[in-house]
Order: sequence, then structure tokens, then C-alpha cells
Amino acid sequence: MLLLSLVVPVVGAGLILLLRRNPNAREAASLVTAGALFAIVLRVYAAVSEGGRPSLVLAEPIPGIPIVLEAEPLGVLFALIASFLWIVTTMYSIGYMRGHHEKNQTRFYLFFAFAIASVMGVAFAGNLFTLFVFYEVLSLTTFPLVTHAGTEKAKRAGRVYLGILFTTSIAFQLLAIVWTYAITGTLDFQEGGILNGEAAGAVVPVLLGLYVFGIGKAAVMPFHRWLPAAMVAPTPVSALLHAVAVVKAGVFAVLKVTVYVFGIDFLGAEGASVWLMWVAAATIILGSLVAFTKDNLKARLAYSTVSQLSYVVLGAMLANSWGVIGSGMHIAMHAFGKITLFFCAGAIMVAAHKSEVSQLGGLGRKMPVTFAAFFIGTLSIVGLPPTGGSWSKWFLGVGSLEAGQVGLVAVLMVSSLLSLAYLMEIPLKGFFGKGDEQAGGHGGHADHHASADTHDAHGHAPAILKWSMAAIVTTSVACVVLFVYPEPFYRLMSMVAGP
Amino acid sequence: MRLDLFVSHYNYWVVIFLMMVGFYILISRGNLIKKIVGLNVFQTAVFMLYISMGKITGGTPPILVNPKGAGEGHNGAEAGPNGAEAGLGGTEALQEPAAEVVYSNPLPHVLILTAIVVGIATTSLGLALAVRIKEAYGTMEEDEINRIEAETEAAE
Amino acid sequence: MSTHLPVLQVVVPLLAAPVCALIRNARAAAVIAVLASWATLAIALSLLGDVMSAGVISYAIGDWVPPIGIEYRVDIVNAWVLVIVSTIASVVAPYMITSVADEVARGRIPLFYAAYLLCLCGLLGITITGDVFNVFVFLEISSLSAYALIAMGTRRRALTAAFRYLIMGSVGATFIVIGIGLLYVMTGSLNMADLAVLLPEVWDSRTVKVAYGFLGVGFCLKLALFPLHLWLPNAYAFAPSAVTAFMASTATKVAVYMLLRFFLTIFGAPFSFGVMALDRVLLPLALVAIVSMSLVAIFQVDVKRLLAYSSVAQIGYMVLGLSFASVTGLTATLLHLFNHALMKGALFMAMGCVVYRIGSVHIDAMAGLGKRMPWTMAAFVLGGLSLVGVPLTVGFVSKWFLILGALERGWWPVAVIVLLASVLALVYVWRVVEAAYFRPYGGDEGGPREAPWRLLVPTWALVGANLYFGISAVRTAQVAERAAEVLMTGVGP
Repeated sequence: MLLLSLVVPVVGAGLILLLRRNPNAREAASLVTAGALFAIVLRVYAAVSEGGRPSLVLAEPIPGIPIVLEAEPLGVLFALIASFLWIVTTMYSIGYMRGHHEKNQTRFYLFFAFAIASVMGVAFAGNLFTLFVFYEVLSLTTFPLVTHAGTEKAKRAGRVYLGILFTTSIAFQLLAIVWTYAITGTLDFQEGGILNGEAAGAVVPVLLGLYVFGIGKAAVMPFHRWLPAAMVAPTPVSALLHAVAVVKAGVFAVLKVTVYVFGIDFLGAEGASVWLMWVAAATIILGSLVAFTKDNLKARLAYSTVSQLSYVVLGAMLANSWGVIGSGMHIAMHAFGKITLFFCAGAIMVAAHKSEVSQLGGLGRKMPVTFAAFFIGTLSIVGLPPTGGSWSKWFLGVGSLEAGQVGLVAVLMVSSLLSLAYLMEIPLKGFFGKGDEQAGGHGGHADHHASADTHDAHGHAPAILKWSMAAIVTTSVACVVLFVYPEPFYRLMSMVAGP
Repeated sequence: MRLDLFVSHYNYWVVIFLMMVGFYILISRGNLIKKIVGLNVFQTAVFMLYISMGKITGGTPPILVNPKGAGEGHNGAEAGPNGAEAGLGGTEALQEPAAEVVYSNPLPHVLILTAIVVGIATTSLGLALAVRIKEAYGTMEEDEINRIEAETEAAE
Repeated sequence: MSTHLPVLQVVVPLLAAPVCALIRNARAAAVIAVLASWATLAIALSLLGDVMSAGVISYAIGDWVPPIGIEYRVDIVNAWVLVIVSTIASVVAPYMITSVADEVARGRIPLFYAAYLLCLCGLLGITITGDVFNVFVFLEISSLSAYALIAMGTRRRALTAAFRYLIMGSVGATFIVIGIGLLYVMTGSLNMADLAVLLPEVWDSRTVKVAYGFLGVGFCLKLALFPLHLWLPNAYAFAPSAVTAFMASTATKVAVYMLLRFFLTIFGAPFSFGVMALDRVLLPLALVAIVSMSLVAIFQVDVKRLLAYSSVAQIGYMVLGLSFASVTGLTATLLHLFNHALMKGALFMAMGCVVYRIGSVHIDAMAGLGKRMPWTMAAFVLGGLSLVGVPLTVGFVSKWFLILGALERGWWPVAVIVLLASVLALVYVWRVVEAAYFRPYGGDEGGPREAPWRLLVPTWALVGANLYFGISAVRTAQVAERAAEVLMTGVGP
């Protein structure tokens, strides 16, 4: 079962390659693969929620340190989100990639499938070593996606992307892993942590710091630069990978290390994570402030992601069960919220050819569905009811209070206000702003359904874009549904860290 | 005392002197042929080291007086890996009952015969390369060659 | 037959060489060279199997009993190195057929194969012999043939590179002879096992220490340890591609083996680390080599030379493992011997494919090759990732043990330097990748096509090995670990 979760995307990649001559069949293969993967993950979920822990040894690269897959609640949570959103993103990509006339679409779908396979590897990693292996593979498989355009700008962005991710993971994370191995003689994930009782004193905060900064995908400042750089990628990549899969792989790894390598009780007792709490808090505030200054829509969303990711890191660093639950929930809630925002940004780009916030005035009246979805996504990111995001904020707040860090509660509130301000500007401008008439001639009057003339001019039927609209509607509805029904995620998280 | 040490180890002093001369030529001369000459002097110093250390004061050449085992020490003394076998012949000869005869140790000599052969091969290969360098560059002076190489590299 | 395997290991290529030279037919010579290389691999594997199951094999040449006669002594350490050398030979030999036909003048091809076989014979001989003077003889066999091989490069700078290598190599070899001579003066023996028993009695002697010094400098010249590496970059850059691939993955490895064998088996770990403080001498040299040569590599425009500088840096890793003076460190060294052979072999072979098609490995000339020669460049990318030490490649496995060794000694700054150097490796590998994938192809439409399969198959064989032994390194790691234990404990049964 676990093996299938890796094999299915890879087989899907093979199919995509085989069907490269026929775009329709190729995309169908992508969709079918995504659906199959989600079905598999659901079955794993069923097994795990009954207390099962399926596991599987894949290989043994270094004696005593196997590559092993094991499903546990936190990993299942992550796998569920990633595989579900893969389906949605594939639907979205079909409209986006064709509507935007991207080249090398086969390569795009191919590496997308590989990236998802690595994400599954990360999610089901049974020990620290396996986690590291798939983490690195993920960096590599996403590189061709980030540099998809192949331009000078993409090349530079690719350099920053790979440079930061590899430098941090090799220089800090690998060091931390070998160090952990040297101390404990094992790299297995264990409940209560493997370092508990093995290490003490100054080593613990240093080691934790190496992990938190070494997992560069968590984008804790000052190692966040890669994420805005990665926005040069096509929007579906930004949406799934750089709002969900890749960045969440980072914070997921942080959470996993906190819970299963250090153990939250041990960390709480040592107080080793306090300094990192404040680093995370600083990232939250600074990320929001930088987001304010960005006029480019995708860049603003990217800095918002930087800020939001640190919520998860913060929750982990709180080292109590409410914090961890909040972290896990936030992985899920932010994923749905942010992917919606990115989808909308991509739709605006394809349909209206607008990429700057200042150009969006009045556009909401022409693309009401898109901007409504953006509004819902914003609510979820800010953490307002009736959206799922309110739950994770709530738990994080409770966790902060329990840790006795009233200052952090203030940070959470301030940053919520900030994100409300910089995100809400967009739908407000869209609905109530003044239309920018000079650009309106090209495509500004177009919602997707009504944009037939624009797209016919490009030789594309608007029907393709319906796929994208379906994706947007799905994720924004999911944001609301998760407010009413956050149960599956909450249950998984309370299995990890029951209060 | 000092002088005594100097005199009793005079072979080493000769070796060191030769070695330094060879090394100096090797480093300081730019002409490829002279470099090879330096290398030869340098290697010769090592030959001398081996040869002199095999000599035992008052020892005779390691040829058996006893006709029975004669010749064995000679036959083995060929080039190549067989060198040490020759040493065996010599050692056996030493173990013969005629203990009052002191032999010089032939093994280092045989070893160095191999090294000399190697030295010849090195020299001839070096000279062959020098000839081809002269053909290709029109000079045998190292600084000239460096200049030409730097120019071609800049031109690329 | 099987009792004579140790000597056959050397004799097969030794006899095949003159045959190649005499028949003067390029194709026949190539076939002989390939068959001889495969035979050595078969023998080496069978020897490794025997040693793993039955312990040390001692073979007396011509039935002269050691320590008087020459002994071929195979233990797990040199069986391992024999496998490395012959594996690379077996992969490179078929590659040579096509590559050499393109780069070497037709009349010289049989002689080329003769020289190649002699070089192989010398390298295997150094590794298998248990007699120190024999080491010198084989060393010269391999070196002289290597000088000749390098001089066969297409550009005239190959000649000067070979000449420079000849001078430095001969000086190094002469230093080694001096060291061997001094050892003989002190002990009256040339047999390694015998020396290991006799030497501890004369540890205090200044002569032994001088011998140690001469040998050390000689080996470091041969293995191109910084700052004695000056001969290497040009020699690798201008030699025929197949020769570079062969030499880069075998010659320096055998030199490292010599170093380990002499300093750990013959002198013994207690003498090397206790009396001579070898670890404290090698550690800074290795670190400087790793960092400075990686930096130099970043600024190279000739990719073969870039890889050559990277080799010097990688040799630093091997020496670094030794300087940890621990089983883990030595395991890292021995693993990296094998792993580096695999990755550098693959990388240089990929460059050989490029030379075959476009005649140059200048970084600008490689623009756009990612589309033109996808398989070649994919091989380069995978080999490069292995060089960086990305998980699931062999490079990661050696790095893992190296860092573990450093942390075991509590030298975490060393671990940090090693890791940062991998980032440097990423930079120089990525320069090539960017040239090949992001810059448009500059030439005309008819431009280069993919390299022929005769070159690609051997290249990908090594790339595959890079991945296979990166994913499943248990066997290699076990062999390396046992070999490291043998080296640390000295001569055992």
C-alpha cells in the first residue's frame, strides 16, 4: 500500500511520457494517476485511524540505516492534503497551461508527478534518513518546474532556489542528522523522541536550531529567499508546490523532528525551543510586512506563505500538545486557503493578463467567481470564521497561552491583522475599485465564461478554462467545509499529540 | 667525533651532495634536456645509496667459493621482479658452511639493477617527449613553452 | 588454476600488452584489451570472494618462500582495491574502442592498447604485491605507461603535461625508492608482513623516521595531495578522454592504497598516529585541498580541467578520512576510493562523449547540449549530483561516513567544512548544467547529435553503479568497514 503511493505517481509519469504526442490522453493520465493516488492515501488513512502503522523497508543504503516507509497520523495528514490537492491542481493546470501557451508541457507533467512521488516519500518517511532522502529528491525534481520558462530570469531564480535549499540542507540538516546519529545511534522516529535522555544542555537548542534552519523548505528567515524566487514558475507549480507540497514538506519535517526526534515533553522541559519561537515570530511579522510592500500578486502571496509557514514552526516550537495540534491543522488549513489564492492569481493572469495588485481595480466585477473565491481564501488565511483557518489559529493561540508566552498571542493577533490588510486589499479593489479602462480592452472584461473572444484570438476554446474554474471553486468550498468539519484532521493530530 | 661521523658515513654525504645537485638542476633549469639530466643525476644518487649500503667492509663479491652452488647468485641477477629471487640466491650462499668468508650483500645491487633499468626507460621516454615538444612548439625552453601555451589559451 | 589467481591478476594484462603491440591491428588490439580487462575483473572478484570467506591469501612467486621470495598477499584491503581498479578497467575498455579511434592516430592505436594494459598491470601489481620493492617496480610500470598514454592526447599541450608529470612522477618514485632503501637498511627485509613485525623494534631510529618522511612525500606526489598536485590538472585535461576516465578513477586510488598500506600495515597505526602524528599533518592539508581546490574548480572554463581540480579536492576527502585515525574515518576513505572512482569515471566518460561529438569541453562550447545530447548530459548531471553528495548516490554514502567520523572525534568544524565544500561542488557542477540546459545552442542546425551507444552504454553503466551503490551500499560499506578494521589493527591472520 505504501509502496503504491510512491509507485503510482512514477507509473503515472511513465504514462505521461508515453502519451506525450496526445495532450488529451496525457492529461487524462495525469488525472487518473492523481485520483488513484488519492484513493490509495485514503486507504492508508483508514488503516492508520484504526491504529495501524503499516511500514515497509525499501533499501538499506548504509548499514543500520534503512530507507523505510511508515504511515503515522502526521504523515497521513500531509499525504491526504497533498494527494487531494494534486487532483485539483491537475484540473487547474489543464486550463492554465493551455490558456497560457506554456511550452514543454510534457516535461511539466512529468516532473510534477515525480515531485508528488517525492512528497509521498516525505510524508511516509519512517526515519529521519528517509525523510532527508526524499526531501532532497523533492528539491531536485521541482527544480525543472521552477525553471520551466528557461529564461535568464528563471535560471537565476533556479540558482537561488537550489542554492538555498541545498546549502541549508547539506550544511545544517545533514550535519544535524549525523550528529543525532552519533549521539543516539539511531534515526528512527519514536514517540517521545530519540534524543530524550541522550542529550542535554547546550547541545539541544543548537541541534534544534540546525534542524529548523537546515530544513530550508520551512522558509524560516533568513533562509526564505528561495520561495519568492520560485514564483517565476508557472502558477500551478506555485500553487501546489510552493503553497502546499514543498513548503509543507518543510514545516512537516520540522514538526516531525520536534515530535519524534526531540519529543515535545523533552523540548518543553529543556526550554531549548524558546529562542526559535521568537525567530519564528519574527518571521511571521517580517514576512507580513514585506508582503505589504509587494505589488506583484504572486510575490505578495509568496511572502504571505513565508509568514504563514512560521505559524507551523511556531506551533512546533511551543512544544506542547495544543501547539502541535495547531501546527498540524495549520498545515492543512493554510494549504487549502493558499492554493485557492494562487489559483485565483493564475486565473487573473491567464484571463486578464494582470499580475500586479495595483492593476486589479474593478476586475472583480468582471470575474466575480474568481474574486469571491479569493475572498474566501483570504478569510481562511487570516483565520476568520466561517473558514477552516480559524481552527488552527485558535489552537495555536491556546498553545501559546499554555506555554506561558502571552507575547506570542500578541504576535499572532498582529499578524492576523496584517494579513487581513494586505490580502483583503485585493478583493476589495476587485469589487469596489475603479476599473483600469486602458487595459480593459485586452482581456479585462473577461471572466472565464465570458472570455470567448479573447481566447479565440489565441486559438483556445474557453471550455478548457472551465477545468480551472472547477478547481478554484473546489478549494474555496473546501475552506468553508473545513470550518464545519475539521474532524479528520483534528483526529489525526490528536493521535500525534493528544492533549 | 663530528669529523669521525662525517668520515665514517662519507658515502651518505656523497649521495646527499649528488641528490641536491640533481634536484637543483631539475628545478632551476628551464631546458627540458637539462631537466632530464638533472633527473638522471638525482636518480644516480639513489643508485649510489643502494650500492654503497650493500657493501660490507672486507666483504668479497658474493660468489661461492664452493663450486657446488656457484653461479646461482649470478643467474638470478636479472632485471624486473626477479630481483628479489636473486637475493634469495645470495642469502642461500651466505648460509653455506663456509662461514669464515664475509660476503657483501648482493640484494641491494640487484634491486638497483632494476631501478637502473627503470631509470633508462624514464630517460628515454622523457627524451622522446622532449623531441616531440620541440617538434610541436619549436623550442625546448620551458618559459618559451609557457608563453606559447598562455597565448593559445588566451586566443581560445 | 584458482590457486594461481593472484599471479594471473598481474600476468594477464602483462602478457596481453606485448601481443597488442605486436599484432599492429587496431581492432584486434582493442578486443584483446577488452577481454584482458574483463579477465582481471573476474579474477579480482573471485579473489575478493575468497578473501571474504577464507581470509588472507598468500602466494609465493616461483615457490620461493616469503619473506625471502616475493609474496603476493591478498587481504580484504587490496582485494577491494583490485576490484575497484579492474571494474573501472572493464567499463572503460569497451568505451576506449570508439573514443580512442576518434582521438588517437590510427597507427598508434595498438601501441595505445599496449600502454593501457601495461598501466593496468602496473596498478594491479602495486595493489596485489606484498613486497615493497616490487611496489616500486610496478609503480614505474604504471607511471611510464601513463606518461605515454597522456602524451597521446590530441592537443600539443598533452606533451608538456606528460613531460611535467614525468618529471614530478619520477621524483616522487625516487623518493619512494629512497624510503624503501632506508627501511631495508634498518630491517634487512623487503616483505611487507615481515617488515611490520621487524619495524617496531627500531621505531626510535632516526633512519626509520627519515624513511617515513621520504615515503610520505613520494606518495603524496603520486596521489596529488595538495600542494603536490600541480601535475594533475593538465595531465587529466589534455589526455585522451578514455585515459582521463581510466586514470582519474584508478591511478590516484592506487596511490592512496599505497599510502594506507605503507603507513598503516607496514609502519602500523600506532607508529603513524602515535609517533609521527600523521593525522595532525594530513588533516590541515586535506582541508586546504578540499576547500581551495573546490574554489579553483569553480573558476575553470575547461570542464575536464574543472573535474581534474575537483579530483584533487576529492583526494582531500580520502586523506581526511585517514587523518581521523579511526575505523569510521578509514571506512570513509575506502568507500570513497570506490565511490569516487565510479562518479569521476562517469563524469569523465560523459565528457568523452562530448569531445567525440563537438571536439571540445570548453564550457561555452557546451551551451545547449542538454537538448542536443540528452543522455550524455543526463549522465553528467547524475554524476555531478553524486559528486555533490546528494542522497541516493554513492557520493552521499562516503560523505555520511566522513561526517560521522569527524563527529566521532568531536571535530564538528571539520564536518562543517566538509559540508560547505559539497556546496562548492554544487556550484561548479551547476555551472556546467546551466551552460548545457539554459544557454541556447549556438551553432548551426545540423549541429551535434547524441553520442553513439558504444560510448553511452559504458557511461551509463557507471552512472547506474553510482545510483545502485548509493541506494544499496550495505555490501560495499561492510567490505570497506572490514578492510578499515584490518588496516587499523595491523597485520593479522
